[in-house]
Amino acid sequence: MKRITRRSILAAAPSALVLTAVPARAEKQYGPGVSDTEIKIGNTGPYSGPASSYGTIPKSMAAYYKMVNDQGGVNGRKINFMSYDDAYSPPKTVEQVRRLVEQDGVLLVAASLGTPTNSAIWNYMNQKKVPQLFVSTGATKWDDPKHHPWTMGWQPNYQSEGRVYAAYIVEHKPDGKIGVLYQNDDFGKDYLKGLKDGLGDKAKSMVVIEAAYETTDPTVDSQIIGMKAAGCDVFVNTGIPKFAAQAIRKAAEIEWKPLHILSSVGTSVAATLKPAGLENAKDLVTDFYIKDPTDPQWQDDQGYKDWLAFMDKYYPEGDKTDAGNVYGPSVSQTVVQVLKQCGDELTRDNVMRQAANLHDFTVPMLLPGIKINTSPSDFAPVKQIQMARFDGERWRLFGPLISGSVTG
Amino acid sequence: MTIPPQETAVLTRERPRGAAVARAGPRHLTIGVAIVVALLLPLLTTSFVTFQLTLVMIYGLAILGLNLLTGFNGQFSLGHSAFYGIGAYTAAILMDQGELAYYWTLPCAGVLCFAVGFLFGLPALRLQGLYLALATFALATAMPQILKFHPLEPLTGGVQGIAILKPDPPPGVPLSADQWLYYFTLAVLLVMFGGAANLVKSRTGRAIMAIRDHPLAAAAMGINTALYKTLTFGVSALYTGVAGALGAIAVQFVAPDSFTFLLSVSLLVGLVIGGVASIPGCLVGGLFVLFVPNIAESISRGLAGAVYGVILLLVIYVMPSGAAGLARILTARLASIRSIRTEGRST
Repeated sequence: MKRITRRSILAAAPSALVLTAVPARAEKQYGPGVSDTEIKIGNTGPYSGPASSYGTIPKSMAAYYKMVNDQGGVNGRKINFMSYDDAYSPPKTVEQVRRLVEQDGVLLVAASLGTPTNSAIWNYMNQKKVPQLFVSTGATKWDDPKHHPWTMGWQPNYQSEGRVYAAYIVEHKPDGKIGVLYQNDDFGKDYLKGLKDGLGDKAKSMVVIEAAYETTDPTVDSQIIGMKAAGCDVFVNTGIPKFAAQAIRKAAEIEWKPLHILSSVGTSVAATLKPAGLENAKDLVTDFYIKDPTDPQWQDDQGYKDWLAFMDKYYPEGDKTDAGNVYGPSVSQTVVQVLKQCGDELTRDNVMRQAANLHDFTVPMLLPGIKINTSPSDFAPVKQIQMARFDGERWRLFGPLISGSVTG
Repeated sequence: MTIPPQETAVLTRERPRGAAVARAGPRHLTIGVAIVVALLLPLLTTSFVTFQLTLVMIYGLAILGLNLLTGFNGQFSLGHSAFYGIGAYTAAILMDQGELAYYWTLPCAGVLCFAVGFLFGLPALRLQGLYLALATFALATAMPQILKFHPLEPLTGGVQGIAILKPDPPPGVPLSADQWLYYFTLAVLLVMFGGAANLVKSRTGRAIMAIRDHPLAAAAMGINTALYKTLTFGVSALYTGVAGALGAIAVQFVAPDSFTFLLSVSLLVGLVIGGVASIPGCLVGGLFVLFVPNIAESISRGLAGAVYGVILLLVIYVMPSGAAGLARILTARLASIRSIRTEGRST
């Protein structure tokens, strides 16, 4: 009321044009790293070091923000995406993130990559009250708004995927003997935990073999042979592409035909199934939340076409068969949505409020029907996944979208 | 009489007793100035830079540990990331589960690492040169997996690691947490660098170096080479372990992925850059380890690794004997120029 009267009085004054701008500017609230023309977003990723194959994810993010800027930015402000190399080393992440927050003065840190690396800055970000948005890791612990209100995950976490597999097994092979192949680290163990939690009391009797592999192992042949020998008729294969492919090939070689569930990290047709032999991969079951860029069924999909155009123009050197290049832009789209919702109140508080206030937001390169929803008590943006079966040529989605959210 | 610069360089390297006394004055002055500068730095820079400098000192200390073993005793190690990791985990576990004050974790980490280093030094006695490098390499590769090992998980936190809180300055001290940690680290650094300098100058130090220069002659002179070698291994691990504990406190987090083989390589690079068998050179090594990857990245993100390699090659080319060697040559040149001038004046 007051403002309106004041404004209407001022409007009558001769210098109306100049003065009306003053209350309008006063409505704007800027946190660190924000001006009328710019928003600074920080990020760390493994451009070098052991996990550098993931380095393409932050690169594709930078390309995406460049496109956003070329199209006019977010509410007229250009995004200044500052991404540093942490070589996947936690101490380096701490140093680089402190540089982003204390020296560069970013508004928020978005989609930093890796579980150990994000764990290293978890407390720092929450103490400093800097948004640590949409971390690029599938660990389960990021959905913890009570104790870490400044940190939010993005993708469906590995444990919830494990639970979905458990539900599928209980439905189709209630008396199955399960063999699990998992990577001996956080991500492999998260799958295993989700699977066992999902099976509940049955886990002890049903899970017969838990076979771990190290990323440095040459093959997983012995693990596969062991599972067949133990009489397993369900195989949960949570290997990364190289090992998933070896397992599929070996199972075919020794003519072991279990109900074979392949986790979402190994679903790439180009990276896993072709090397394993497409005929060997027939009837594999998995889950998806992102559109596989190598899957021909998306060829005529508008989201895919737009993505292809984006890749051609802004990231031509990027590998179009790499799902990481779908992941990066999709996360960035969610960041942009949060910033749009923030309007002119670009403070760290409001960023978190808006990040926890996403309703039915859709991302073109997520599976049709997947909606991003968050709330102050729900920090897990992407929760839905869909099962798919390999028909010898491509993945065929089947069944409804399943929500398997597990809170950390 | 003037001595040609090359010869002075050789002479100062083997520094005769008289020269050492004559040079003690300016040397102490340099150290004094360095300490004063170090004391003032955190008051002049931001807390982020203070944090970076703290890390430089920590890496310098870890490199000093490696230098005692490699530079002074001639034993190769690619496994110092393991000792650094043990030190870091000791501090983190004691602070997180033992609720011990951070300053008590340093002696604990040191003692534990000394014991582990000493024990590892026993079999290492049978291994020379490259074979020892391989054995220690095995230690470095094993460490991250041991830390992830399931039965140890309640202690180590497994792959998730352990987060710890940054120590606050004692009540009444008007410093930020970063500044306090900087001064704390500086104090530890000075004590340990002083200790190392004394060790190297002592009888024991001469024995350690004699083993490096000629093991057979050393043994013939009655030096118990086996004992000295294992002890050096232990002391070296102690230094690196204390650095690891400080590193954990500064970074506030430990995880198996922090202590991979790459850390060992970084320490070795820092050692060579700083100067083999040079104590102050270790700090230059620390600077290199922390800042050069950042510089490389700022030059080219896509080729950061290649740029790092080029910088490394250039540095090795310009100062083949490390920063310490360069400093030695420069002071020798300076001294000879000065003596030429004074001579010119007197005639």
